[in-house]
Amino acid sequence: MGFSKDQLLSQLQELEIDYSKYEHPPVLTVEEQAKYVSSSEGALSKNLFFKDKKHRYYIISAMVDTKVDIKVLSQRLGLGKGGIRMAPEEALAELLQVSLGCVTPFAVVNESARDVSLLLDQKFKNQTRFIFHPLSNDVSISLSTSGLDKFLQSIGRDPVYVDLEANANPVVGKDQPPDLAVYVPSNSVVVPELPNKTPSAQAPPKNVSAEKTKPVASPKPSKSTGNVKSVVQNSGLSVFKNPDKFVEEILDKTSALLLSEVKGENVEALAETLRKRLTSEFTHLAVMYKNIAYSEGFYAGTQCQPKRQ
Amino acid sequence: MEVDKKEEIASDSSEQVVNPWEVSAKDGGKIDYDKLIDQFGCQRLDESLIDRVERLTSRQPHVFLRRGVFFAHRDFDLVLDAYERGDKFYLYTGRGPSSEALHLGHLIPFMFTKYLQEAFKVPLVIQLTDDEKCMWKNLSVEESQRLARENAKDIIACGFDVTKTFIFSDFDYVGGAFYKNMVKVAKCVTLNKAMGIFGFSGEDHIGKLSFPPVQAVPSFPSSFPHLFPGKDKLRCLIPCAIDQDPYFRMTRDVAPRLGYSKPALIESSFFPALQASGENGKMSASDPNSAIYVTDTAKDIKNKINRYAFSGGQDSIEKHREIGANLEVDIPVKYLSFFLEDDAELEHIKKEYGEGRMLTGEVKKRLTEVLTGMVERHRMARAAVTEEMVDAFMAVRPLPNMFE
Repeated sequence: MGFSKDQLLSQLQELEIDYSKYEHPPVLTVEEQAKYVSSSEGALSKNLFFKDKKHRYYIISAMVDTKVDIKVLSQRLGLGKGGIRMAPEEALAELLQVSLGCVTPFAVVNESARDVSLLLDQKFKNQTRFIFHPLSNDVSISLSTSGLDKFLQSIGRDPVYVDLEANANPVVGKDQPPDLAVYVPSNSVVVPELPNKTPSAQAPPKNVSAEKTKPVASPKPSKSTGNVKSVVQNSGLSVFKNPDKFVEEILDKTSALLLSEVKGENVEALAETLRKRLTSEFTHLAVMYKNIAYSEGFYAGTQCQPKRQ
Repeated sequence: MEVDKKEEIASDSSEQVVNPWEVSAKDGGKIDYDKLIDQFGCQRLDESLIDRVERLTSRQPHVFLRRGVFFAHRDFDLVLDAYERGDKFYLYTGRGPSSEALHLGHLIPFMFTKYLQEAFKVPLVIQLTDDEKCMWKNLSVEESQRLARENAKDIIACGFDVTKTFIFSDFDYVGGAFYKNMVKVAKCVTLNKAMGIFGFSGEDHIGKLSFPPVQAVPSFPSSFPHLFPGKDKLRCLIPCAIDQDPYFRMTRDVAPRLGYSKPALIESSFFPALQASGENGKMSASDPNSAIYVTDTAKDIKNKINRYAFSGGQDSIEKHREIGANLEVDIPVKYLSFFLEDDAELEHIKKEYGEGRMLTGEVKKRLTEVLTGMVERHRMARAAVTEEMVDAFMAVRPLPNMFE
């Protein structure tokens, strides 16, 4: 069960961490949040949830005007230029146990998020107070850096502050190791794909554990698909159903092999280039392949003899 | 915000004319898109929307968005709002199959729609208006049906996913729930209004007058009971060229009266003809040298670009090196801005060419490479489209995994 906002707030009180609470209608974006919480209460934050190719996850919590360049970040973490991307919705629900628009440093209080790396904007230290969602997007709280630090330490985490705008042109080489590589989690996490999930961002959930509706033969058709009788699907199946995932799988394996056979950062760069240039071509081929297979099956269906009685 | 402007279709060249059957600029100049947006009452697609798309789809926005090819919209922001809340939508686009020869300008809405389908993971309906072309171009019913099927093959070759796409021709599909919606729409539009919007007159045959509802009702999910049963509130997003706006203004006007959601639109500018950016608003299928066709060979493409692509370079090399190229009228650079994926490379070319260090020949050479690659890919994909595949795409069947 995920931590609820009330549980979190009572934890903060227990730790004697000073905070101010603002309730408002559920908001999904910083712009909306700004309508209800003025900047006099504290600095608004933008919170991003990323995933890398080896299924490791990162929360980046930054001041709204700090420039977060995904490519630069990826290089500084030692993951090459295209190494990280926004994490999918399922990961939000599974690991952080929050809904869309609700990523927050506090999410690491959940056991499920123990391997998620949390990086905080250095600029927060210049603010007296800043604002986050306490696990629910219909509330915002403002607190100080020392308050946040105290909380993180209480759950066994070392608060990590990073200058997100430094090193905008990172040169990663033998003598200049990627400066943020130490923050890459040591464990990867597998988030199972749940293709028939009902959307978790319903307003406002009382307890914030996201609705992990495992698609068992449900009596009513689920909202987002017309599929009534669905079988529990694991990530393996979606690799074959989905041309994008199929191609990602192929390129993952190719890169992995390449990197294991030959060493060096030019090889890493090469693997990245291959991936970047081939993804769209391969996806096109995969879609065509899928279309042909479907058409042949479809045609066979029209010629199907009824079962002999 | 709908603006109720008096829609007078001007027939002289002192005003620009943009409607589904005619596109021409004022006094043979360039199309004024700002004026068009103003006149039609749609919105500009700004940076913040594009950033939002990037965030929601976790991938780089399509080159057509980055370069402002798709530049206007109606209610796209509302669609994104709903999407963020978990309310999906479906896509609707179409083609009037008037000729077998498809050129690159025809592919643009389909390339963009394919990207939208992949990025947002939503289903798509594609309408082939064979009836419209039969009426307007005076083709026989059989010929227009044949063209529809041939065009379907090129459309499929753009890479749509058969498990999420339904292609239909009007002659095949009109009837049932679709027709019921057509009648409902028709009841809401007076003859006078139709004449005002579309420029019909007493000389036009009644087939033309009754066509607009056909193009309107695919915006309503209840027109497709085999696809969206029970999902009457599902939103629709229509990627199209801006000359189609009148149909959908009418549709959006009618929708609330029928208890349906208004369809949202995302609109593109016109792809310029090879010869002169000034002469015509868009490419014409009737002049083979105004366009690059998907059936052109590498040699054809090279020739057409070298001979017909209007250049903004100067008359002599010395003059060119001194003042640089006129990027405003240069067609190769314009084409590259549509089709060259790499933003940095495009910027570099614009800078070097605009300041006179790069010559027209080099720009044309790069363009030839890019277009040849595209046409080759298309040809290969087209060759893989079988009659069975067309049947499968056009079969009235459910799409169970349409939102995955």
